[in-house]
Amino acid sequence: MKAIALTDNPPKRLFSTAFKDKCVHAVFFINGMLVVLLLGGIFLLLIQTSIPAFQEVSIVEFLTSTNWNPTSYVKASYGIIPMLVSTFMVTVGALAIAIPIGIGAAAYLSDVASPRVREILKPTIEMLAAVPSVVIGFLGIVFVGPLIAKFFNIYNGLNAINGSVLLAVMALPTIISISEDALSSVPYSYDQASLALGATKWQTVIRVKIPAALSGIIAACMLGMGRAIGETMTVLMATGCAPAMPEGFPFEAFLGSVRTLTSSIAIELGEVAYNTTHYYALFALGLVLFVITFVINLISDIILHNFEKVHR
Amino acid sequence: MRNLVKLAIIGLAVLVAQTASAQEMLQIKGSDTLINLVQKLSEEYMKKYPSNYVAVTGGGSGTGVAALINQKCDIANASRLMKPKEIKMAKDNGVTANRIVIAMDGLSVIVNPENPITQLTKDEIGAIFRGDVKNWSEIGGPDMPINMYGRQSNSGTFVFFQDYVLKGDYSAKMNRMNGNAQIVEAVKSDKSAIGYVGVGYVKDATGLTVVSVASKRGGEYASPLNSADVKSGKYPIARPLNQYVAGIPEGAIRKFLEFELSPEGQRIVEEEGFFPIPSEYEEFNSQVGL
Repeated sequence: MKAIALTDNPPKRLFSTAFKDKCVHAVFFINGMLVVLLLGGIFLLLIQTSIPAFQEVSIVEFLTSTNWNPTSYVKASYGIIPMLVSTFMVTVGALAIAIPIGIGAAAYLSDVASPRVREILKPTIEMLAAVPSVVIGFLGIVFVGPLIAKFFNIYNGLNAINGSVLLAVMALPTIISISEDALSSVPYSYDQASLALGATKWQTVIRVKIPAALSGIIAACMLGMGRAIGETMTVLMATGCAPAMPEGFPFEAFLGSVRTLTSSIAIELGEVAYNTTHYYALFALGLVLFVITFVINLISDIILHNFEKVHR
Repeated sequence: MRNLVKLAIIGLAVLVAQTASAQEMLQIKGSDTLINLVQKLSEEYMKKYPSNYVAVTGGGSGTGVAALINQKCDIANASRLMKPKEIKMAKDNGVTANRIVIAMDGLSVIVNPENPITQLTKDEIGAIFRGDVKNWSEIGGPDMPINMYGRQSNSGTFVFFQDYVLKGDYSAKMNRMNGNAQIVEAVKSDKSAIGYVGVGYVKDATGLTVVSVASKRGGEYASPLNSADVKSGKYPIARPLNQYVAGIPEGAIRKFLEFELSPEGQRIVEEEGFFPIPSEYEEFNSQVGL
């Protein structure tokens, strides 16, 4: 009855319902597009500010030289290979530590832990993501570093392994949380079928559930990897930051100081004179970093998307 | 209505407070070597003149100089001189940078106490940090690799040490640490280490050997901990610690600089482990009217 009464006198309203709908639609559309525009803007800015660097530095030198020393006494050189290798090493090291622990913890949470334990444990693990990176870096200097030095019997612990351990700690919450979601969303009928066939709980988790949730787990690991590559403060503090090309793979290199793309930008952007080749070259580093993380996020997104399709 | 009046009063109070602090707040930025000293100076200064506010931040000499050029601070702390390129950039921005020397620093070379080395020549230190000498045994020490700890390129100490001791490029293997305190910590825990820091950071530090330095082979070795040797110039890596201001300092800036150079300010300089300015730099400061 009331609904009819309302529609009886529409002319009294300033704007029609349809118009309001359109407005609200437009507002949300703008909000959504804003993020896309921001992303595109950042990308364009990076490209635009990087290009002048290549008027003085050849792209071949930039991509192949193993020497980065823009403030050299003799001749400035701009080679990103040592930093790419360093970033790669620290990230691979972090994943080598974080993936087994992360998947193990996720399997425990989804299949072994009692509901009460899970309710306490999962938020706690997610809280780990809230620890500021500078605090983790500090722990790297005063705690992890000396421990590594003692364990490997070397002189100091500011090296790639230190960075890897810290980044693993930072990537764990992402990996555990998303992997656990993936494992929990495997239909319970899988468990029942497997157990009915006489499999043990262990066999069910390892041979049935993890393979079924694999795309979600892979996406979790990729997101953790994106986190590790982009991290700055922690590696800046804990890896020694010597710009030399890492040598003597794998052991010597991992026990030596490394300097990632992110820490180079953080160290040098503070003092660089504006609009110099060095300044533009740092933006080129940023562009390289952006492309790497973009590709990783894209791949993990595609995998995650496929995963969702499979389970619907 | 009453609420409106209240709101107006609060608004007015905030406005007044803001303008007051904007007038009196002195912004000082730059050198990591100078930050503890200038912080201490500013604390004592604010105790003496409670209506004056001074904010001191670090970031390295390069950061401070850049801020002065961009008119983002009143005083730039610099443990090195401004480069000709920076002076020109400042001029282009309408800033005439004037230098004032507020203290002397004996830049200290430190090693781990387990290392028997206690003295080195300036050339040997340069060769170590250039990467020409790689093992302690090459300069009379035990057979172990040399692990170098230096600053990052935004540091004035990094630039001064390069210009004055290395006269060449740093070895790419040198660890780039994020401040004096980190170098001290690293050298304490690494027995193959060598590092360089401002003398203010080693005065009370234990678990370190402060190396005595001679200007050349066969010369006399002097320690930066001996203030007479730093003042007389016998210690070869002594350097003035500077502040840069835009133009001839006036008002609050001038008041603070005068405090720093007063006997009281210079006493704080000594308490913090640095050395008071020698007479040659007193004359230098008088050129900007201080």
